[in-house]
Formats: sequence, C-alpha cells, structure tokens
Amino acid sequence: MRQERREFLRLLPLMAAVGLLPAAAVRAEEWNKAAFEAKKMDDVVRMLGGSAPQPSSGIVLIGPEIAENGAVVPLEIESKLPDTRSIAILIEKNPNILAAQFTLPSGTLPWLQTRVKMAETCNVYALAKAGGKFYYAAKEIKVTLGGCGG
Amino acid sequence: MGSPMRIRTKLEGDVVHVRVLMSHPMETGLRKDEAGQLVPAQFIELATFTYKDRMVLSAQWGPAVSRNPYLSFKFRGAARGEKITISWVDNKGDTRTDEAVIE
Repeated sequence: MRQERREFLRLLPLMAAVGLLPAAAVRAEEWNKAAFEAKKMDDVVRMLGGSAPQPSSGIVLIGPEIAENGAVVPLEIESKLPDTRSIAILIEKNPNILAAQFTLPSGTLPWLQTRVKMAETCNVYALAKAGGKFYYAAKEIKVTLGGCGG
Repeated sequence: MGSPMRIRTKLEGDVVHVRVLMSHPMETGLRKDEAGQLVPAQFIELATFTYKDRMVLSAQWGPAVSRNPYLSFKFRGAARGEKITISWVDNKGDTRTDEAVIE
C-alpha cells in the first residue's frame, strides 16, 4: 500500500467525523449485497467466504422464548471460540435470512447485544467465524406479532 | 442526517462497554403506509465504530435490524477522556457521524 493511501485511510474516520467526506467515502467496506439477499445459512456462509458451518456449544445465543412484538426482539450473543473474527445474526423465516454481520478486530470482545425484527416464529442463528471456520448456535423464538410487514 | 445518536460508554478495567442507540426508520420496503402504499426500503447498511484511528467494530446490516438500532459491545485498550466515533450510511446514501468521550 502506498504511503499516501495509508495516510488517507488513517485519516478517514477523522475526516468523516468532521463532515469532510461524502457518504460513499464513509464506506470503509462494501455492503455484502449477495449475503443479504441469501435465503439459507449455507448461502450466507458462502457469500462470507466460508463453507459448511458447524453447530457449536462455544457460541451462546440469548433471546426471549416468546417475542410479543416481532419488530423488536432483543438478542445477546457471545462466542467463546478462540480467534472469533466475526459474528452474524440469521433469522430462518425472514424474507432474507441475514439480519446483521459484525466484524470484530483484535481487541474487540466477541460479545454483543442488539435488536432485530422477526416475521414469524422460527430459529434464530448466531453464526461466528473463528479460526477461519464458521460455527453457529440456534434458538427457536416464538413470535406473537410479526415485525416485518404491517 | 436524522437525530444525534445516544452513546453511553463505561470503562470497566481496560474494557470499554459501548452502548449506542441510533435514530433511523429501518424501513424494510414491505410496510404499507396509511394510504396503502408501500414505504420504500430505507435502512442502515454500514456502521463503523472507531477509537482514535483504530476501527473497533464494523457492522453490516439489513432491514431486519430493528427501527432505531441499538447496539452494545465491548473493546479493550481505551482510556478515559478519549473519543469513540460512530458513523453510519444507509442504502439511500444518507449518513451520520457522532462521537462520545469515554467515561
């Protein structure tokens, strides 16, 4: 990488912070359109550059047994797998299965909480990339009122 | 541009716990308004979290992240008084950046 480019990249967050950059330049990475259009976990994993995700007890997925409101389903995810570099949330019966994907640089803990929408009762998957491989945990969450249309 | 994010930080040893609430409709494109018309999809695609010049988290989201997205995460190596900067950009090119001092 040339020095000028490295310097520019180093300044990007600062420039963004002071409003010097148009929206396009804030994109430090490209949104993975193909992954967000996928319908199955295997396809998401493939779009993320992996294959054959395995179930793992090293991933903890905490959520409600029953979500009264599918528009706001709180989730907590922790990976106890060494070298966890990314965590994704997949919702089996949503129109597109991938809800969110997080990249975790070194120094960021493999833990997060967020809120997602669920169209109907189904499995939610926490997918983690650790040591270059993909692992997941699943939890069924019952939804009283779907949160995608309406 | 939306409203400012609400950012809370808490230093626990050498780990900072960051909680952020963003103001964004996160429209799926499937919802109909009162007149029965589909509301176009509008959702945050990318969110980046930066401490000094170091990326501490980057997120890619689809419309299944809830309206007014909430995120809580933790990272090591920050100091009290330093800033964390959070930026998002949505599928329509709208963007917003806010920062908070670590407490």
